[in-house]
Amino acid sequence: MIITTPRDWSRIEANLTDLGARRVFIMGCGQCATVAHTGGEPEVREAAARLEAAGWEVTGWTVGEVTCHLGGTKLESRKHGGEIGDADAVLVLACGAGVQTVADSVDKPVFPGLESLFLGNVIRNGIFEERCQMCGECVLDQTAGICPVTTCPKGLLNGPCGGMWDGMCEVLTDRECTHVRIRRRLSGQGRAGIRTVEPKDFSKTLKPGALNIRPPRGSR
Amino acid sequence: MSRLRDLLDAREFVVTGEVAPPRGTDLAAMRAAVEVLAPHCHALNVTDNQGASLHLSSLAASRAVLDMGIEPIFQQTCRDRNRLALQSDLLAAWSLGLENVLVVTGDDPRAGDHPNARGVFDLDSTQLAAITRGMNEGQDMMGQPLAGGTGFYIGAAMFPEAEPWDVQLARIEQKVEAGVRFFQTQAVFDMDKLSRAVDAVRPLGVKVIAGVLVLKSPRVIAFVNERLAGLMVPEHISARIAAADDPAEEAVRLAAEQVRDIRQIADGVHVMPLGLDHAIGRILGEE
Ligand code: SF4
Ligand code: SF4
Repeated sequence: MIITTPRDWSRIEANLTDLGARRVFIMGCGQCATVAHTGGEPEVREAAARLEAAGWEVTGWTVGEVTCHLGGTKLESRKHGGEIGDADAVLVLACGAGVQTVADSVDKPVFPGLESLFLGNVIRNGIFEERCQMCGECVLDQTAGICPVTTCPKGLLNGPCGGMWDGMCEVLTDRECTHVRIRRRLSGQGRAGIRTVEPKDFSKTLKPGALNIRPPRGSR
Repeated sequence: MSRLRDLLDAREFVVTGEVAPPRGTDLAAMRAAVEVLAPHCHALNVTDNQGASLHLSSLAASRAVLDMGIEPIFQQTCRDRNRLALQSDLLAAWSLGLENVLVVTGDDPRAGDHPNARGVFDLDSTQLAAITRGMNEGQDMMGQPLAGGTGFYIGAAMFPEAEPWDVQLARIEQKVEAGVRFFQTQAVFDMDKLSRAVDAVRPLGVKVIAGVLVLKSPRVIAFVNERLAGLMVPEHISARIAAADDPAEEAVRLAAEQVRDIRQIADGVHVMPLGLDHAIGRILGEE
């Protein structure tokens, strides 16, 4: 899921003040931001209370089911058309993808309420770790299911580097070196090899990513 | 032809030293260091933005060293350049007459004087070694022919004391498979571990030049332990330097003992005098 964290509140207030906005509509997200405890119902209510305490009027709020889904967010915005129409601005408690989807769906200035950090694994409730950077050319087949692109701070595909000491990482000194973990797991599975993992194909990660898996018209 | 390679192939015990390019354009201090070290060394490493801190490029500085009549070992880190720039610099290096290259990963930028820099790491040192070997065979990493290839003697770093050893060993084998022909080691304190490493690479037919760090004061030891990644000075050595009446003198004696041991074990020694350059002759047992 996408891991988000609350945005510096003073920046949100500054955005609204600069615009001269007095009335605000708030939209959260029922997916990642709910699990991350940043844009679910409790956090949306809290933001509303905070704005009201500081003198803003909250015309309404909602938690979209999947805020980055354009069709669903358009529908949700129409459902709240009156409240959004009354507002001078919309504050979105979702990841950057969600914020942009809302901005494409409503005819009002839209502001981000969160910072988007990474694609994260949920280790336990409230504990998230980045394990994949979506590089478009997965090497997990060669690295025992441990991603060096993401979890080695240098992103080295072959390692360890010279900074490794006693199995620990040079950069994140409280963590085991990714490449020590990879080697250990590979040899534990009897797969230890010395083949060099080839340089990455960065053309696979060119921004912006786009994918269309719809069957071509008339193919059904 | 790389003289370093010729000497190692002829089973001569080689001595390499190290100089750092300046943090600026004034090459005088580096040249002075070359003048002190060159009479005692077969080749000198020229570091590449060492410690992830800004210095004049190793490319230009290596050429300056060559112009002084001693063979440089041009260091290239993967931290600061992408694959186009690395290959381009390798071509430049060869055209400038640099024949030895040491490929290294590079410290993380957060350890240096530009902590906000983006670490490139487009390639890692093993991949860079393999690409360099390809250039020696006349092609770039895409397999396209070059109008004039290279003929580098390819070296890499080795860490005989960094555990776990099985991981290090696999790494060494991987580097050799990628085309590495000689290793320069991190500073060695435990000669049994150096022997273990040399014995392991013997069947692979590659050379090992063992590192000696001259630890002239407890302050330098503290710096090494805190700031140099992948290296820890053992307690008995720190204690010996700390207890000495003249720590610098003791450091020279210690380094000389290490060199004497290394002569029995490895193919050469790489001396990092850390400011005691003038003592190189005594460290090597020549005086
Ligand atoms: S290699 Fe790592 S970053 Fe790339 S897709 Fe696989 S897990 Fe994700
Ligand atoms: S110690 Fe290991 S995980 Fe850390 S930067 Fe080096 S190779 Fe990557």
